[in-house]
Amino acid sequence: MTMFVSRNWREYPQRYRLEASKFKKSGKTYLPPRAIDPKTGDKEFETVKLPDTGKIVTYTIIRTAPSQWGDEAPYAVAITEMTDGTRLMGQVTDCDIEQVKIGMEVRVEFRRIQSEGHQGVISYGYKFVPKWY
Amino acid sequence: MAGIVGYGAHLPRHRIKVEEIAKVWGADAPSYKRGLMLREKSVPPPDMDTITLSVEAAKNALKRAGNIDPADIGAIYIGSESHPYAVKPSGTTVAEAIGATPDIHCADYEFACKAGSEAMFVCINHVTAGAMLYALAIAADTSQGAPSDALEFSAAAGAAAFIMGKDNLIAECLYTHSYMTDMPDFWRREHQFYPQHGGRFTGEEAYFAHTKGATNALLKKAGMTAKDFTYAVFHQPNGKFPQKVAFDLGFTQEQIDPGWLAPILGNTYSGASPIGLTATLDVAQPGDLIMMCSYGSGAGSDAFVWKVTERINEVRDKAVRTRKLLDENLIYVDYGTYAKFRRKIRKND
Amino acid sequence: MRDVCVVGVGMSQWGEVWRKSLRQLFVDAALEAIDKSGVDHLDSLYVGCMSSGLFVGQEHIGALMADYLGMPGLPAVRVESACASSGMAFRQAFIEVAAGVSDIVMASGVEKMTDCSGADATFALATAADQEYEVFHGATFPGLYAMMAHAHMDKYGTTREMLSAVSVKNHKNGAKNPVAQYPFEITPEQVAKSVMIADPLRILDCSPITDGAAAVIVTSEEMAKKLGKPYIKVLGSGSATDYMQLAQREDMTTIKAATLAAERALKMAGKTIKDMQFAEVHDCFTIAEIVVLESIGLYKPGQAGPATLAGETALEGKFPVNSSGGLKSKGHPVGATGVAQVVEVYKQLTGQAENGRQIPGSPKIGMAQNMGGSGASSVVHIMEVA
Repeated sequence: MTMFVSRNWREYPQRYRLEASKFKKSGKTYLPPRAIDPKTGDKEFETVKLPDTGKIVTYTIIRTAPSQWGDEAPYAVAITEMTDGTRLMGQVTDCDIEQVKIGMEVRVEFRRIQSEGHQGVISYGYKFVPKWY
Repeated sequence: MAGIVGYGAHLPRHRIKVEEIAKVWGADAPSYKRGLMLREKSVPPPDMDTITLSVEAAKNALKRAGNIDPADIGAIYIGSESHPYAVKPSGTTVAEAIGATPDIHCADYEFACKAGSEAMFVCINHVTAGAMLYALAIAADTSQGAPSDALEFSAAAGAAAFIMGKDNLIAECLYTHSYMTDMPDFWRREHQFYPQHGGRFTGEEAYFAHTKGATNALLKKAGMTAKDFTYAVFHQPNGKFPQKVAFDLGFTQEQIDPGWLAPILGNTYSGASPIGLTATLDVAQPGDLIMMCSYGSGAGSDAFVWKVTERINEVRDKAVRTRKLLDENLIYVDYGTYAKFRRKIRKND
Repeated sequence: MRDVCVVGVGMSQWGEVWRKSLRQLFVDAALEAIDKSGVDHLDSLYVGCMSSGLFVGQEHIGALMADYLGMPGLPAVRVESACASSGMAFRQAFIEVAAGVSDIVMASGVEKMTDCSGADATFALATAADQEYEVFHGATFPGLYAMMAHAHMDKYGTTREMLSAVSVKNHKNGAKNPVAQYPFEITPEQVAKSVMIADPLRILDCSPITDGAAAVIVTSEEMAKKLGKPYIKVLGSGSATDYMQLAQREDMTTIKAATLAAERALKMAGKTIKDMQFAEVHDCFTIAEIVVLESIGLYKPGQAGPATLAGETALEGKFPVNSSGGLKSKGHPVGATGVAQVVEVYKQLTGQAENGRQIPGSPKIGMAQNMGGSGASSVVHIMEVA
């Protein structure tokens, strides 16, 4: 699907730099950025970057994977709570899937997420790796 | 005087031992280990490539550079022989990821294993010329070795990034020299998946001649000898070549040790001497002189003299040390996993 | 607001129905409902369907179905809310009759999922989740519910046995349902040994890919009386949404949309959850049934698993859940499930549940809870004997 290129390009600030919107009144941060804070109706926000470390709050191991991840299955997908409280979903990589646990400390790393076969563009973004340093 | 303002490296966690590869092809592991002076190499998983390694190395370089604004980086050059796209520069994605776009010059460099040092050479010159405040040079590769070929034991992955500037240097670049001739020792034609090489012809007239050519010319230019240096880093396609060329040039094991990574990392191609330089900077002291000489088949060598400043002590631990990435938290894989990771298995795609 | 009733229901065959197309499945269910209700015309038609465009390349199905029902000219529209599409279609029909705009409205649902590859079906289903922040990262449907399951197990100690108990119970009920895709019993051992799809959910924790359609005739009470066929009253309807991304939900171990939808339906009905006697809930995955029963307030958080294991939600239990066999055994043609739940509630309340599936003690009031995606939308209806 060639429409994929513009869709992916539009999300670069979020996928490459974890740019989120932080609302002035509530202090709550959202990725992707929102125009309106669901908590307060506030429309004033500043663009912030999420911190790059956090803790896993839940996860699963995908064993029946969509074709883009055939070479990587089984892989772990987790929801991580970053140190500022914002939660984010992403794959957990660079570890034995048996090691993935609720409470595990992770850091964000820039990785290939998927590509459209051998001919299409490569989509990059964030994944989580165990925080070992 | 231009030099390094920030440096950083990034390596995969995964490794494969020579024994694992030898087992599959019926090769004699001990003799490969002896002959190459290499025990294991790094393996990039499917979600890692030259671009992702470059981004992480660049982030580490930014950490050590202190408070510089990525928007002040005037150029980004990534040298590799495994750029993810044949047409679409790796540098654009990396610049976007570190927030250095849009007012920045970008080009991808290639020259077999010296593409990374080329980027460093050009960046130093841009800054010396006063064309820009900072220039980012990245050396990164996820090179492929043909199955059952000797190079399969060593082709590895890794990246090193250097932000070049004029002020707040970690290491000044005192001299550079580049030496190049038309040399058909190792090549890959367009659309071929694996490279080819001239076997033993890649030694004396290729690697050794050019490394010595560049290093000797540089020493002459600088009015120095091997003894003046604290450390030396050479291109390292295996453990043996850099050791031999070092000894031939009058350098000692102590001088090459911190940057001599091939025995446990393999050949990171464009990353080889640059990553060696980062590991050396990690232990260097103010006033130390470091000789670095790359080699790229085709062929050529870029040589540099670096002088470490006081600032090294403030910044060395602002990012993870290369030694930590080399030695800790390693995940060993078998040949099947390695072949799957490196997309060597034919699938219905 | 007038009183609203359901007066006739129909179901197509459910399963891998190779011989019937999207429109044929719909017509089968619709004609049965029309026949059973005795109506001689419709005032309007709502068709619930999640993804006919992605599954079979067909959109504009409000018009298509009116056409093939032999009623071109009929006001008709498709309603979409992922797997809650026909529950929402039923709500629209309820509102139209309650408001006095129409007297006889058909609420239906249909999905044809087997005319494409498994990979394409998975892709279509994934459109119910956040494409850019969940699916982009490799999360699959089972994966999202699996993450909910791990969170629930971690917080409340819900076990593998409790999840299996949901599946075993629903199969026991579905074995008696002539329409069910998988009309056979299974054992807890079979569930626990079945292939892992996304830890901790195994294939026997997951509802299947199904073709099927369901239809009900919704009328005013006055019209229902006139038609003279068994009818039930729809006392309340409630609908709600929640954050799309599982990561942004306030509590991942509960489905707030289901809580709100149930509260709103109960409020309209003038009832409380304690007044309910049985329910059809959306067991797209075993964990979903457990979480929903807690979310609607039937059980305290963490208690639905033990209650299921203890047999409280069995056909003969204190509060029978999914007497139809649920999505697990009956099947889950995603757009059709919501209305099919209403079909089951109607059958139970009018004493027409087949093959010994009738809930003992003739319940008088039941609930149907339908939801979309990982719980970003939910719709609940409360129904009572006339």
